[in-house]
This record gives sequence, structure tokens and C-alpha cells, in this order.
Amino acid sequence: MENKNYLQVSGLCKKFGNLEVLKGIDFSLGKGEILSIIGASGSGKTTLLRCLNFLEIADDGEIAIDGETIFDGSLYRAHKIKDTELREKRLHFGLVFQNFNLFPQYNVLQNVMLAPKLLKKGSTQELEEKAKSLINRVGLIDKLDNYPCQLSGGQQQRVSIARALALDPDILCFDEPTSALDPELTVEVLRVIKDLKQTGCTMVIVTHEMEFARNVSDRVIYMRDGLIEVEGTPEEVFDHSDNEHLHKFLNSGSI
Amino acid sequence: MNFWSVIYDLCQGFGVTLRLFGLTLLISIPLGLIFAFFSMSKFKPLSWLMKMVIWVIRGTHLLLQCVIVTFIPSVLLKIPNKDFAAMIGLNSISTLQFVFVLIAFSLNYACYFAVIFEGGIKNIPKGQYEAGQVLGLTKRQIFFHVVLMQVIRKIVAPISNEVITLVKDTALARALSVTEIILVAYEKVNKYAVLSPLLYAGVFYLAFSGLLTILFHFLEKKIGYYEVT
Ligand SMILES: Nc1ncnc2c1ncn2[C@@H]1O[C@H](COP(=O)(O)OP(=O)(O)O)[C@@H](O)[C@H]1O
Ligand SMILES: [Mg+2]
Repeated sequence: MENKNYLQVSGLCKKFGNLEVLKGIDFSLGKGEILSIIGASGSGKTTLLRCLNFLEIADDGEIAIDGETIFDGSLYRAHKIKDTELREKRLHFGLVFQNFNLFPQYNVLQNVMLAPKLLKKGSTQELEEKAKSLINRVGLIDKLDNYPCQLSGGQQQRVSIARALALDPDILCFDEPTSALDPELTVEVLRVIKDLKQTGCTMVIVTHEMEFARNVSDRVIYMRDGLIEVEGTPEEVFDHSDNEHLHKFLNSGSI
Repeated sequence: MNFWSVIYDLCQGFGVTLRLFGLTLLISIPLGLIFAFFSMSKFKPLSWLMKMVIWVIRGTHLLLQCVIVTFIPSVLLKIPNKDFAAMIGLNSISTLQFVFVLIAFSLNYACYFAVIFEGGIKNIPKGQYEAGQVLGLTKRQIFFHVVLMQVIRKIVAPISNEVITLVKDTALARALSVTEIILVAYEKVNKYAVLSPLLYAGVFYLAFSGLLTILFHFLEKKIGYYEVT
């Protein structure tokens, strides 16, 4: 039986100055499952992903993966996390950015290989083979030598997915991976994410693609004002919720 | 006036010019990088102090700075420059003068480079750092493997401007009797009462800055292989 509580987040809080952006986020996710996070802009979705990836340090709450606590707010309120510790924690999660953030001076292969090479994850030959197989998986094996500026947005986003996978994160996070893309390029990125699910990759996806969220997710979270307002399976959230805010959100033309 | 002997002496002078030019770059570029880091330091007093120094040095003339440096041993340490030269193991006062000039030039150019470096570093999008962080890289690795190349690419053009200005600035060293090419040319002008040595000196400058322009053009093309984000 798969571990139903592979990722466990509880009571996660984050303030920027006086602005409470996360007001106590609780959820859990099984291994190999996809969680989609939806919600209006400003509701704290990005901040939640950034806290998971330790780009922001949450003020309070807990994050555990496979039973191992990797963040405990009550411990870290007093002590700053050391840099080395922070880097180890970060490796539990991967993050795919909205605007890709590929390294412009490196070609596709170099982008994917850079971090594993610097972190000495294996011999150059092993790493190159692995990188190529990941690039192949996102369908860009014929673009190995191309620089990011020579690729379409959709291709760049697929490279950044391969780059994140190269470090074998336990959980891969996506922050609106397709919102910087034209609709016709969105499809290819979503297909890659769907394929990843087949390989058992656990994912947390912030998205505005409601059809996609409904079709591929195991769980869906609707966030509003720093809180989880509705949580459940796609059917529960999209079809059977009577939450007023969610209804308004789903029916607003802005999505 | 023997044309070839004048050219020979001018070559000697240009040798001094090149030495001052090369050594200044060798010192001021790394020093400028350090200054840039100081100026961006999170430790505020250091950052303020550095910004102040940069402001003062960029706001005053290089010639003045050269003169001030030469007065440091005699005013601060109360040692005449001749004794000071012996004390630090230099065999002549003219070598000491060269060292003074080199110090002033290096500090001055380091400040100009620091401003360029700082601008270049701050110009790198935050997302590049974050991408590196998420991939578990150390701050050092992010700087050297992610950011630095992008900074270099953005600053070659302003750096090349400074470098070409430096070629011409070296002539200021003659005020401290450093026998660079213009000083040599003036000696000839006075000796033979003709202007041509100065014109020849001009040709030396022109040829050298032409060479540098070509080099920088080549460099810009070489590292401009990708588009800036
Ligand atoms: N670094 C920051 N400093 C101050 N306020 C921030 C910062 N990051 C996000 N915020 C604020 O937090 C709120 C939630 O932002 P965000 O997590 O980006 O929401 P979403 O991704 O759902 O649009 C917004 O009001 C935003 O302005
Ligand atoms: Mg967002």
C-alpha cells in the first residue's frame, strides 16, 4: 500500500512584515500523487511553494516527508537555519518556475547537468547519460546543443522540468508552469507533467488550468487569503463543493 | 634629430606606459570586484565606507590622487621619499614614483570598475539566484557558475571603455616624472625644437587603442553567443 501521508504539511504560517500571507496551511499528499493548488492571485499559492522549497523560511508550522520532519517552525524560530542545512533540505523538493529561469549561457544539456555535476552526484559520463535520458523524456533530445534563447517557451519549460528532475527530488513543485505560455505551447508542457505521473513522481502544481487540474490531480486545494478553503478529490472540489468563494472563482472569467 | 633614435626612445617610453597600463588592470580588476562586494555588503558600515571612498575617488581627479599618494610617506610617516624607497627595498626614487602612480591608478580604476561590477551584478534577475538555490547550489557556486558569466557579458562594453580611457590616462604619470611616452616625447620636443615626436607618440596610442578595440570587439562577439534574458 502506498504511503498516504508521504508529504505532510501542518500549521504553516508566513508573514511579510504585517501581512499574513499563509495563515496555517494543513494538507497531506500520498506518494506518487498529484496535488493541484488553485485560487485567486494573491491568495498565497506561490508563497506556499516557496516555503516548501525553502526560498522563504516559514514562520511556523511543520513539513514532513515520509515521516521525517524537515521543517519545524518551533525549532527554527529561535535559530537561523545554517546554509549547508538549508541546501540539504532544499533537495527534497524541486521547483519549476513560472518564467523557467533557465541559465541563458548554458545549452540544454549543460542546464540539466550543471547542478548534479557541481553537487558531484556521479561521474560526468553517468550524469550526461542521465541528463540525456531526462531530456529525451521531455521530448527535446534533438535540442541538446541549443541555448535557451533558441527555444520556444514551451521547450524552455520542458528543459526546466528536466533540470529539476536531474536531482531526483522527492516532490516536484510547479508554480503556474504554463501561465507564461501561449495556449498551443501549454499543451506540450501539460503532457510532460502527465507523463511524469506515470513514472510515480509526486507533484504539487499551482495552476490556472482547471481542466488539467480536474483530469490529472489526485487532490485539489482551493486557497483563499492564506487559508485552504476547500480540499478534496477533483470531483469533490469541482463538482460537489458548495463553497461560495470557490464557485465565484471557478465561474469568474479571469481563469 | 635622428628619426630612429627618437623612435627608439619613444618605444622605451611606451614600454613604461604599457607596464603601468598592464599592472593597473591586473590590480584594479580584482580589487574592483572586492570593492563591489564591499559596497553591496549587508554589513552597513562597510558598505557606507566603501560607497564613500568610491564617491570621493570618482569625484576627484586622478592626478590629484597620484600627488596625494606620493605625500603619504613624508607626511604620515615623516620619512623622506628617498629613505622610504630604501626602506621598502626599492633601488631608486624613480621606481618609488612608479609604485606611487601605480597605487593611485589601481585604486582609482578599481573604483570605476567596482561601480560597473555592482551594476552588472545587480542587473542579474533574482530568478537566476533562486533557480540555483532550488538546485541546492552554494552561494559560491551560484556566483561563479550561474551569475558571473552573465555579469561579464553585460559589462564588457563599459569595461572596454574604461580600459581605453586608461591607455590615455597613463600620460598623467609624467607629472610624477614617470618616463612614459609623452614625457619622453616632450623631452625630444624641447631638445630638437620640433613637434613631430609628439605626433609619433600619438601614433603609438592610436595603434594600441586600435588593437584593444579589435580585441574587445572579438571578446564581445565571443561571449555574445547567447541572447540576454
Ligand atoms: N517577498 C514578499 N514581500 C512582501 N509581500 C509579499 C512577498 N511575496 C508575496 N507577497 C504578498 O503575499 C501575498 C501572496 O502572494 P503570492 O504567494 O505570490 O500569491 P499567489 O501566488 O497566490 O498569487 C500577496 O499579497 C503578495 O503581495
Ligand atoms: Mg503566484
